[in-house]
Amino acid sequence: MTWEIVIGLEVHTQLSTNTKIFSGASTAFGAEPNTQADAVSLALPGVLPVLNKGAVERAIKFGLATGAHIAPRSVFARKNYFYPDLPKGYQISQFDLPVVGQGALTIQVEPLSGNAKPYEKTVRITRAHLEEDAGKSVHGESQGVTGVDLNRAGTPLLEIVSEPDMCSAAEAVAYAKALHTLVRWIGICDGNMQEGSFRCDVNVSVRKPGQPLGTRREIKNLNSFKFMQQAIDYEVQWQIDTIENGGKVHQATILFNPDTGETRAMRSKEDAHDYRYFPDPDLLPLEISEEWKEQVRATLPELPHAKQARYVSNYALSPSDAAVLTSSRETADLFEGVVKHLLSQGVGILTSPETPSAEAHAGQFAAKLVANWISGEVSAQLNRDGLDIAQCPITAQQLGGMLTRIADGTISNSGAKEVFRTMWAEGGEADAIIEAKGLKQVSDSGAIEAIVDGVIAANADKVAEYRSGKDKLFGFFVGAAMKASQGKANPAQLNEVLKKKLAG
Amino acid sequence: MIESSLSQMGAALRAKKISSVELTQLYLDRIAQLNPELNAYITTRPEATLAQAKAADARIAAGTAEALTGIPFGQKDIFCAKDWLTTCGSKMLHNFVSPYDAHVISQFNNAGAVNLGKTNMDEFAMGSSNETSHYGSVKNPWDKARVPGGSSGGTASAIAARLCAAATGTDTGGSIRQPAALCGISGLKPTYGVVSRYGMIAFASSLDQAGPMGRNAEDLALMLNTMAGFDERDSTSLQRDKEDYARDLNKPLNGLRIGIPKEFFAEGLGSDVAKAVEAAIAEYKKMGAVIVDISLPNTRLSIPVYYVLAPAEASSNLSRFDGVRYGYRAPEYTDLADMYEKSRAQGFGAEVQRRIMIGTYVLSHGYYDAYYLQAQKIRRLIAQDFVEAYKHCDVIMGPTSPSTAFKLGEKGDDPVQMYLSDIYTIAVNLAGLPGMSIPCGFGDNNMPVGLQIIGNYFDEARMLNVAHQYQLATDWHSRAPQGI
Repeated sequence: MTWEIVIGLEVHTQLSTNTKIFSGASTAFGAEPNTQADAVSLALPGVLPVLNKGAVERAIKFGLATGAHIAPRSVFARKNYFYPDLPKGYQISQFDLPVVGQGALTIQVEPLSGNAKPYEKTVRITRAHLEEDAGKSVHGESQGVTGVDLNRAGTPLLEIVSEPDMCSAAEAVAYAKALHTLVRWIGICDGNMQEGSFRCDVNVSVRKPGQPLGTRREIKNLNSFKFMQQAIDYEVQWQIDTIENGGKVHQATILFNPDTGETRAMRSKEDAHDYRYFPDPDLLPLEISEEWKEQVRATLPELPHAKQARYVSNYALSPSDAAVLTSSRETADLFEGVVKHLLSQGVGILTSPETPSAEAHAGQFAAKLVANWISGEVSAQLNRDGLDIAQCPITAQQLGGMLTRIADGTISNSGAKEVFRTMWAEGGEADAIIEAKGLKQVSDSGAIEAIVDGVIAANADKVAEYRSGKDKLFGFFVGAAMKASQGKANPAQLNEVLKKKLAG
Repeated sequence: MIESSLSQMGAALRAKKISSVELTQLYLDRIAQLNPELNAYITTRPEATLAQAKAADARIAAGTAEALTGIPFGQKDIFCAKDWLTTCGSKMLHNFVSPYDAHVISQFNNAGAVNLGKTNMDEFAMGSSNETSHYGSVKNPWDKARVPGGSSGGTASAIAARLCAAATGTDTGGSIRQPAALCGISGLKPTYGVVSRYGMIAFASSLDQAGPMGRNAEDLALMLNTMAGFDERDSTSLQRDKEDYARDLNKPLNGLRIGIPKEFFAEGLGSDVAKAVEAAIAEYKKMGAVIVDISLPNTRLSIPVYYVLAPAEASSNLSRFDGVRYGYRAPEYTDLADMYEKSRAQGFGAEVQRRIMIGTYVLSHGYYDAYYLQAQKIRRLIAQDFVEAYKHCDVIMGPTSPSTAFKLGEKGDDPVQMYLSDIYTIAVNLAGLPGMSIPCGFGDNNMPVGLQIIGNYFDEARMLNVAHQYQLATDWHSRAPQGI
C-alpha cells in the first residue's frame, strides 16, 4: 500500500528594504507598537501608495537568480478583505500579472532517514509576486481588548510560489532551505525566521501512483524547518489515515501546533474569501526595461549552485561538502578566503613543480583541509556558542595562518585545536599563539631519536614482548614517546623512528 | 469687491486698498448671515481663517505676495486639511480631524490663500444633488427650493452666493461641471493626472480629479496654476512641465473648430437647456468659430459603464472606513464582525451603501468578467470615440446637464433618474479628458443653464481661452442670484 506525497510551497520573504513598499516609513523590526505607522500605514483618508523601487529591484534579483522570466509589465491588484490589521481593507498584491514568472531552483536533498544517499533535484517555481505585509493583532495585553500594531503593515514581501514538485518532507525542507539560502545570498531578505522574515505555507496532498492529484490542505505560516518537517509528516499520515479509514480529505487551511505536533483546520474552503481582486487604480502598471534588468543583473553575486559546481569540479570536493560550504554566502566567503590564503603561502604545492597538475593538486589539498575545518571545528564552535556564521569571530586570515602551520608540520592536529580555541576566545594570529604556548612540533630527528631511545631503555620488558610478536604494544610506545616529548613530537616522524628502533 | 475677479482682488490686496483680514471678514460675515439657510459650508473656523489672513497681510507687506495671496477660498470637504474636521459629507468621518494637508490644500496654503471653510458635498462625492450629505442638503441660491447639483454642491452654492471668492471641487462623473451648471458658475475638471489626488478622499480613483470652480474662466486659470503640477506622492500624477493656464486667454477664436456631438442633443435633453446651448454655439459662430458635426457613438454606454467601474473602485476605497482606527464606530457591538457591520451600516448613508453593494457585486467571483472587464473594454471604446472626434475638431461643446436645477427631494427616490443627470459629463471622466461648464443663459424656471466645453488631453489653456472669449462677449457669468 504505497502513497505518493505531493507538496508545493508558498514562501513569504520580507524584502530587506529600509522603508515600506508603498511609503517612506521604516521597516525596522521590534520598534514600539505603531511608531512606524505613518499616514499610509494607517490608511488615513486620502493617502496614496508610491512604489518603492528597492523592493522591485529585489524581486528582479530573485527572478534572475532563479532563471525566471521578468515581466516587462506587471500589475498591482487589490485583494479585498476585512481584518483589523489590514488597515485599507485590502492588501496590495499582484494577481494575474506577477513581476516574476516561471523559474527553477536546484536543491540538494539529504534524506531524513535510512541510508539513502543525498541527491539533487530541480524544483520549478511557478511565480513570485510583490505585495505588502499586514500589521499584527496583539491579543491579551489588556482585558477583553485586541490591540493593533501597524509597524509591519506595508513591509514589502515577495511571495514565491512553487509547483507541487516535492514528494517528501525532506524535499520540502531542502527546497525551503535552499530558498532561504538564496534570498540571503543575493541580499534581498535577512532570512530571520523568528522575526517572521521568511514564512512558509505548505500545500500537502496524497494520492495513489498514477491517480490524479488528491485534495490538498494548506499548512499556514511555518517559521522553522524543524516544524515544517514535523507538520508535513503529521499531515501526510493524517491524510493517509483519513482516506484509508474511508474518509475524505477536504480542502482547508490548517495550522501546525508545535506543542502537540499536530495540525488542525483553521477554515474550510466553504468559508474561503472572495477577495474580489482588481487592478489597483492608484498604481500604474510596473514596467521593467531591459536596461533596468541588466543593471540589476550586474549586481548579482555568483550563485550557490554555480559555486557548488565549481567547488566540485575545481577542488574535487564531494557534492555534500560543496553544499555545506555554500549554505551561506559568509561560509563560502570564509572558505574561499582561507583557500586563497593557503595557496598564497604555497601550501600543497608539490615539490616537483614540473607535474602538470601541480596547481590543481594544491587547490584540492588546500580545499579539502579548509572544508574539513569549516565543517568540523568552526561549525562545532559556532553551534556551541549559538552563533551564526556571519558572527564568526575568526577571520579567513587567522584560520589560513593556522592551517598553513598544520600543512608545513609546525603544529600537530592536537596543537592546532588548541591554537584554534585560543584564537576563538582571545583572538590573535596563529604564529604568536604557537610561540606563546610552545606548541611547535619537534621535527628535529636527533631529538626524536633521543626520546625514542629513552623510552626503549626504560621499557626493556615491553620491547622484548613487542619483538616476540605483540604488535599491539606499538601504540603504547607511541603514547609514551609523545608524552616524553610533551606532545610536541611530529607524529609521523616519531612513528617512523619508533618502528625502525623497535625492529632492532 | 465680492464681484471682482481674482486678479482684481489680488491687485487690490497688493495695492493695500483692502487687507486680507478685511476681505476675509467680509466673507465670514456673509457666511454667518447666509450659510444657515444655504448650508454650503460644513465647517468654518473663523479664528484659524483670520490667522491665515493675517499671515497673508504680512506676506503682502513683505512684498512676497503671489497671485492668490490673501484671497479667501472655500475648500470642498473631500480634501484633508491639517487641524480641520474633514468629513467628506459622511457621518463616518464626523470626528475626523485631519493630521495632514492634501496636495491641493498645501498648494493653496503655499500660495498664501486663505481657507474660509470646508464646503458641503454629497457623501463621499456620491450624488448629483448634494442631498446625500450627512450634514444636510445644500440650497441653490437661485431658488432655495432647488438643489445646487452635486457632488460639489456646497462649493457651487457658496460661489453663486458670494460666500467665497472661489472654491475647489472634485469631479468623478460630473461633480464639478453639473453643480457649476446648476448654480450658474464656471468649473473645470482638468485632464486626469494634472492635479494630484494626494489627500483627496478617494471615491473612484481612476476617475477622480480635482479642479477649480469660480465665477469666470479667468479665475479658474489662476486657480489651476496653483493647483496643477506633478506630485510624487500620487503615482497617477503626471510629470509635465509647469504651464501658465492663463497664457492663451486672449487669443481670438477665428477658425476654432467646435465639434457638436449629435448624441448630446437627442432625447432626454430639456428644450430650454437645448435652446440656451444652441444660442451659445451661435455666439461662438459670431466669434469666427466653425461648427463640425461629430458623433460619439459609445457615449450612450457611459452611464452603465460608470455605474460598474466607479462603484467597484469605491467598494474597495471605502473599506478603510471600518471603525477600527478613526471615524465612526458603532457604540455597541458583540464581536468584530458585528462592529464592522454596525459601524458601516450606521456610518454610511443609503446611496453610499448602495454603491458599495453594486461594487462588491460586480467584482465578485464569477461576475468580474461580465461586469468589470466588460466595462473596462467599453471604457476604452468611449475614449477612442473622442480620439476620433478630435481629428476633426478642437473642442467639443454641448449641454452640461439635461435639465436645470431640480427641486429638493424630486429625484430622491429614483436613483436611476438621478444618475441620468450626469449623462453628458460621465464620458469625459471615463476618457480622462478635461471638461468644463460655463453659464450660458437661463431655462424656463429662470434657473441657470451650463455650456459644457470638452477639450483634448492637456488642452486646458485652450478651453479656458474659449470660455474666456465667450465671457467677454456675454454677461451670463456675472449674473448673481437675487437676495444674496
